[in-house]
Amino acid sequence: MSVSRRGFLGFLGAGAAGAATLPLVGCGSDASAGASDDIVPFFGAHQAGIVTPAQDRLHFATFDITTTARDDLVELLRRWTAAAADMTAGRDIGDYGAMDGPLLAPPEDTGEAYGLRPARLTITFGFGPGLFVDADGNDRFGLAAKRPAALQPLPHFSGDQLQEARSGGDLCVQACSDDPQVAVHAVRNLARIGFGTVAMRWSQLGFGRTSSTSDTQATPRNLFGFKDGTNNIKAEQGDLVDRFVWVAPDDDRAGAWLAGGSYLVARRVNMHIETWDRTSLQEQEVVIGRDKKAGAPLSCGGEFTAPDFAVAGSGGEPIIAEGAHLRVAHPEQNDGVHILRRGYNFADGSNGLGNLDAGLFFLAYTRDPVANFVPLQTRLARSDLLNEYIVHTGSALFAVPPGVGEGGYIGETLFEG
Amino acid sequence: MRPPITALAVVGLVAVGSACTSNESASADGSLAVTSTDDACDVSRAEAPSGNVVFEVTNGGTQVTEFYLLADDGLRIIGEVENIGPGITRNLVVQASPGQYFAACKPGMTGDGLRSEFTVTDSGIDVGDSDVAGLLTTATDQYRLYVRDQIAQLVEKTDTFASMYLAGDDDGARALYADARTHWERVEPVAESFGDLDPRLDLREADLEAVQEWTGWHAIEKDLWPPADGYAPFTETQRADLAGRLTADTAELSTRVQDLTFDATQLGNGAKELLDEVATGKVTGEEEIWSHTDLWDFQANVDGARIAFEALQPALETKDADLATTLTSRFAALQTLLDGHRDGDGFVLYTDLTEAQIKELAASVNALSEPLAELTAAVVL
Repeated sequence: MSVSRRGFLGFLGAGAAGAATLPLVGCGSDASAGASDDIVPFFGAHQAGIVTPAQDRLHFATFDITTTARDDLVELLRRWTAAAADMTAGRDIGDYGAMDGPLLAPPEDTGEAYGLRPARLTITFGFGPGLFVDADGNDRFGLAAKRPAALQPLPHFSGDQLQEARSGGDLCVQACSDDPQVAVHAVRNLARIGFGTVAMRWSQLGFGRTSSTSDTQATPRNLFGFKDGTNNIKAEQGDLVDRFVWVAPDDDRAGAWLAGGSYLVARRVNMHIETWDRTSLQEQEVVIGRDKKAGAPLSCGGEFTAPDFAVAGSGGEPIIAEGAHLRVAHPEQNDGVHILRRGYNFADGSNGLGNLDAGLFFLAYTRDPVANFVPLQTRLARSDLLNEYIVHTGSALFAVPPGVGEGGYIGETLFEG
Repeated sequence: MRPPITALAVVGLVAVGSACTSNESASADGSLAVTSTDDACDVSRAEAPSGNVVFEVTNGGTQVTEFYLLADDGLRIIGEVENIGPGITRNLVVQASPGQYFAACKPGMTGDGLRSEFTVTDSGIDVGDSDVAGLLTTATDQYRLYVRDQIAQLVEKTDTFASMYLAGDDDGARALYADARTHWERVEPVAESFGDLDPRLDLREADLEAVQEWTGWHAIEKDLWPPADGYAPFTETQRADLAGRLTADTAELSTRVQDLTFDATQLGNGAKELLDEVATGKVTGEEEIWSHTDLWDFQANVDGARIAFEALQPALETKDADLATTLTSRFAALQTLLDGHRDGDGFVLYTDLTEAQIKELAASVNALSEPLAELTAAVVL
């Protein structure tokens, strides 16, 4: 912890160009930092970045653990926790920060976020199955007995074309911010701290949130041009959040350390946007089950009107088709299961065919992936009309530990419990 | 193919144009506002100039409604939009010649509807040949015969292929594999419209669920072109089972297509879907991952799309001659590229293509697919 970017800006005025070339003016902890509405508190009972109103940008990364020493791992988590607390509060990391260290040493903080506001940065950590046992079933760090039953690699779903280089990971970091450079800065600096203990496995940038996690947010659109996440769990729906997001103490005896945490499902969903764009408006609406402009279910009403799946259209066929995405994914058709989604649009350049490598990076938090996500995705993979236009190319599952108080570290309930 | 999903285009999309808006009144661009309630059909004006006429139909009632523009005989449908739920607005766009018509709402989707007279005045705009309906009928009849012919050839070659495979004549089966599948691939959207037969016949390994029986062409493909390591060849019993199901399911497909009829929308959308198949399955080499005979399928999909286009071409010439010219030249350009990869009676394997050649093919597919997607609206509107 050192330089307060926020204090700095307070002196210069927000957005001052050339700030990074000026001498240092503000140091030390900034007691008022938490008061700003663009700072999301890092410490708390739950990790931030789950029910936090979804920010506009994402940088997500997963890591393979390269060390065999448990102490190294704990030390990394302590350092990651401290760095995350600094960065989310708008401070540089390290004793000297980005600009004020010894001239003959590389700066501790990489510096590209210097002078930027944190823009609601949240950093959320997760633990993959490989933290507990390796591919051969060996107990890597004496944690095997604490592996929650639901933390199993996801099954193969119909149509999956998963790439090894975009799947899995022993640890994950989700950095969300309204400023893309702040999110990238967070992942970059955490990766740097990790060298020698962990190695980055894959990472994914996201622009444009594809869900709302609060009533205060308008529903955004995905790259199909449709509103996405209308039915998502919202932070204000405390009963649904407790029922479907947070792990309870008695959910899993082995995984009692996960109470107050959640599970994170990450799926990289490529869209065949070129063929979608050639599809008639009517067919697009039939595939989704909503009208494109307002987002209303085809059965009636406006965006937030509950769909009526029984309404028949011409020829007696349901007006919301049997395979419409809205129908197949809807809680009413899935034993009442809700999923808190937090996905982002992505466009990672182009592929070898001259088409955009684009789609939706699906992130979802759930109290129990086996009971909630797997049946839902099985159903979607089997009968969602959207499958003509998407292919899943990456997949990973993580247990997301609870939050920590000041002085604690992410994962302490697992390692100290 | 993809997992069992009913291809929409073959299951009766009838409405012509559609767009939804929240309850906005008709805009100043000349469109007409229609409000359909349970007992009234209010059209903002009783006349419009000839050319493109846009009705913005809002369902203000409690039942699902439909809106029609009918000819002066009260029977012939000029245009319709279906499935308008309560509170929803959808557009109907029609090309109307001068004359007398009826506008009709049909709340509850039954009966003759709530009708009012509607007049189209002469604006001087040429709205095309009135014989288009006749040309479209000819087109759909031609296409129906084409589908039946292709399925008949598929049945014949599948039977031969299955016999060879069963008899252990693997060389013969391998030689016939791609040729037999050509007839499937030419009419793939029709075959895919049967949600039960399609996965039994054409499921790829990646499309399987964690625990699901694998039958059809691609299971046999893998057995004929097995991976180098870790593959257990099928036993004679398994071969007999797979071959028997392949011929039985293909025979069932043949039975079902005999009664199929098509409308022009299905032809146009089917052509577009065949090029989608090329773009997402063949040009990527994902369809035939063991035999690598993707270019045979590629050619067959293009054949099927071209046949549908050519059936619609006379109608298109009268409605949008420029689009017809563009499509003709783009089909020819793609065919020239494909011909460059011919080898004997067939093609080189997908794995023999360079990255640059694949990208060149993909670009040509995009160049054709984009205008091809306009075909349906151009002939049906």
